[in-house]
Amino acid sequence: MSRRWLLLYVVLYMALLYAPIALLPIFAFNDGQVIAFPLQGFSTRWFEGLWTNRTLHSALWNSLVVAVISSVLAVVLGICAARASARYAFRGQGAVMGMIMVPLVLPEIIVGVSVLIVVNTVLGLPLGLWAVIAAHVLICTPFAVAVLSGAFQSLDPAMEEAARDLGETPWGAFRTVTLPLVAPGIVASLLICFTISLDEFIIAFFLTGASPTLPVYIWGLLRFPADLPIVMALGTLLVLASIVLLTMAEIFRRRGAARAGRKDSGGFL
Amino acid sequence: MGHGETSKGWALIAPPALYALALLALPLGAVVVLSFFTQDFLTLDTTPTLENYRIVLTDPGFAGQLPRTLLVRSVTIAGLVTVCTVLLAYPVAYYVSFHVAPERKSLWLFLITIPFWTSYLVRVFLWKVILNFDGVVNRTLLNLGWIDEPIRAFLYSPAAVVITLTHAFAPFAILPIFVALEKIDRPLLEASRDLGEGTLRTFARVTLPLSMPGVVAAVLIVFIPTIGDYVTPRLVGGPDGLMIANLIQSQFGRLSNAPMGATLAVIAMASVGLISLLFVLATRRWTR
Amino acid sequence: MSLIDLSGVQKWYGEYHALRGIDLQIAAGEFFSLLGPSGCGKTTLLRTIAGFEGIDAGTLRIDGLDMRGVTPDRRPTNMVFQSYAIFPHLTVAQNVAYGLRRTADGREEKARRVGEALEMVGLGGYGGRRPHELSGGQRQRVALARALVLRPKVLLLDEPLSALDRKMRETMQSELRRLQRQVGITFILVTHDQEEALIMSDRVAVMFEGAIAQVASPQALYSRPADRRVADFLGAMNFLPAEVRDGRVEIAGLGACEVEPEQVIGAGGMAEAGMRPEAMTMLDVQPGEGLREAAGTIADRAYYGDMTYYMVELPGVPGHVTVSMKNRPGSAVLDVGAPARIGWDPRAVLLFPA
Ligand SMILES: Nc1ncnc2c1ncn2[C@@H]1O[C@H](COP(=O)(O)OP(=O)(O)O)[C@@H](O)[C@H]1O
Ligand SMILES: [Mg+2]
Repeated sequence: MSRRWLLLYVVLYMALLYAPIALLPIFAFNDGQVIAFPLQGFSTRWFEGLWTNRTLHSALWNSLVVAVISSVLAVVLGICAARASARYAFRGQGAVMGMIMVPLVLPEIIVGVSVLIVVNTVLGLPLGLWAVIAAHVLICTPFAVAVLSGAFQSLDPAMEEAARDLGETPWGAFRTVTLPLVAPGIVASLLICFTISLDEFIIAFFLTGASPTLPVYIWGLLRFPADLPIVMALGTLLVLASIVLLTMAEIFRRRGAARAGRKDSGGFL
Repeated sequence: MGHGETSKGWALIAPPALYALALLALPLGAVVVLSFFTQDFLTLDTTPTLENYRIVLTDPGFAGQLPRTLLVRSVTIAGLVTVCTVLLAYPVAYYVSFHVAPERKSLWLFLITIPFWTSYLVRVFLWKVILNFDGVVNRTLLNLGWIDEPIRAFLYSPAAVVITLTHAFAPFAILPIFVALEKIDRPLLEASRDLGEGTLRTFARVTLPLSMPGVVAAVLIVFIPTIGDYVTPRLVGGPDGLMIANLIQSQFGRLSNAPMGATLAVIAMASVGLISLLFVLATRRWTR
Repeated sequence: MSLIDLSGVQKWYGEYHALRGIDLQIAAGEFFSLLGPSGCGKTTLLRTIAGFEGIDAGTLRIDGLDMRGVTPDRRPTNMVFQSYAIFPHLTVAQNVAYGLRRTADGREEKARRVGEALEMVGLGGYGGRRPHELSGGQRQRVALARALVLRPKVLLLDEPLSALDRKMRETMQSELRRLQRQVGITFILVTHDQEEALIMSDRVAVMFEGAIAQVASPQALYSRPADRRVADFLGAMNFLPAEVRDGRVEIAGLGACEVEPEQVIGAGGMAEAGMRPEAMTMLDVQPGEGLREAAGTIADRAYYGDMTYYMVELPGVPGHVTVSMKNRPGSAVLDVGAPARIGWDPRAVLLFPA
């Protein structure tokens, strides 16, 4: 009885969780200029508009560059941290790991503002995509660590020792044994960091300078009612892209779990 | 582990640690330092002074007392968001932990987290569509005949901010609670039932207290970042729904008074930090 | 000259003194076991030989070469890990071929060696399998093949049988013995199971708290343990207060007897007499010849099918002594509470310092 009510509640909760996203395609394919009911009929013209929009393309390109570079850097740093915490025990480890994980809870505006101050006021450099990348690496690293820790922690330390024992150098052992075993985790964390960076607005808004990233560009569009249907169409594509990326990430994460022969229990965090 | 292991561990963790230090600790320090400087139009005066703090905290004329109003409002809104998020999230976490088959749990978590990763800006904007004068909610209520004319108060109000942020942070609250619930030994619950406690009382006396660490983590992980959001207040908050982050953002943008922005950021951080600290201390006896 | 030579080896984990001056020589072709309770430092010693742990003092030589600073990949040792550490992303054949990657052999020669090694451990035809398709016993065999294919001078095995069920363990015990004779390589086996050590080894080192208490053949270890701890750890032993006077020994509850010098471990004066349960007999079940007799009461009994253990109270002795009897067809099982006549052989007595 009480379990039925609980299920009902959960279903309702999930429905509400997805409700806004579900509205996206509805308005994206709506022929009307105004984002409201009643709907005006089916149209793909907003999507067609995306193909020819030069500013949009350059913003997308900026975002892709930022997302690729930051996710790679974040995952490299994440590998170091995850491996250090899984493999070695040393004094001060907890504090250092804490410092690396802090951006997870830090308000993003603080990250944006503080990096802005360093770039602008302390270093006196012009803003630009590189500053966005620097900040995105900072906030993506904790997510990478969270995903990779699972992969590294479930790795039998004897595995690498066995490789050494069988004649491999330390690097050879890492490359031929550890890396293949954590590879799915690496791919998963790359995809997640990519998704986060691609979608990040609050920090990018402070640091992006003259060449906007995609979310900053969208923010600009939101001010003009005439552009809103385009935002809907763009949003639909972005949500689709995120879902595909995250599904791939989840598949890789699970494959990693299966490969390391461990039971799968948790999600990303 | 010998000394070699320790130094290897340090060598390995050094790159991410140094990066966090360079991009986090140092910039935060810079924010604090800058907050003691002043800006006169375009020139930065680097004589250390508490002037900014005095203006923000005591000057009745500054920006129409806006900082204090916004700070109080931000904390209130963040608090409300936190309470709503955690209360609403708990049953979901409970359901997934206790009533979902183990092999399906990770799929559920995946479904819960997906909306969180996707198109933050657009999602917030969609709430505007939903809550608008001619939006989804008003239309539905009108069609049901529950109201005669659309309710304008849905949008551009603190309530709209609370609703939107609660929605945005939902997975952040579910995950830590879920993790805490998963850690509870199932035989422990059976033992409680075996000792004659009913389902509800077992929940109140065993499950809930044991899941408190997760609840506390959820509170912090929602409360702290919420303060820093300026998109949601801007899009759905209206003038009465603006928060401290909007003010900070405008100091760096339109008003171009970085020292004042830094001061506001420091004050916001300090307030959040203090409240979080008090909360952690107050809940110590459940989390240890 | 011995193949492995440790002298004065010390190892610290921070404040913890894990190896406290190990002196040990192991000959080529020996099946050698390190036996001791959990936590006594067996694994540490094994990992020291393999090169995974450095040593803080003393020397370790393998084949006459000082191993200081020599990493595991350059030592003539290979290891079978307790968890087997089979690479889950490689097939059985790829696992076995792993160590051959850096050898000069050609492709075909490598394949031949892999096939040979798998054949040797009874896994011919399993080369294409994935590790997760194998049983525990089969993984163990893969680990063995993977190490032996490199023809090391020493094979190190860390509790290789502890994860197997009893039947499988017994099979693998004889299998390991057979393999060792076949390849003639020195095996060093770590185990906490005294029976396993006795069954399999040419010689056994018994360790307690980071130090070696005794190194001897299984028979010598059992029949003439170096001290009380060793005697206690290997099988069971009854200890009775004893007093040595004018070359005669007065054993509480049993009586007086004379002992040969080789039965005396340590000094005279107050001592403790040790007797194995099987060195005594219940005369009412099975009479023996030339035995001394003592009287007591049966306090308890444990029936094991093939054996019965009697706990016998002796007058003037605190606690009880245990006497084990083989159950032969038609032999009686005595009741608890009944009077007991114990037969004992003075030649089976060992005298330990008190
Ligand atoms: N890496 C390590 N760091 C600190 N202490 C250790 C480490 N490895 C083993 N020890 C300690 O050394 C002692 C001996 O361990 P080990 O050699 O594994 O014992 P055994 O194999 O005989 O059970 C144990 O008390 C253990 O806690
Ligand atoms: Mg061990």
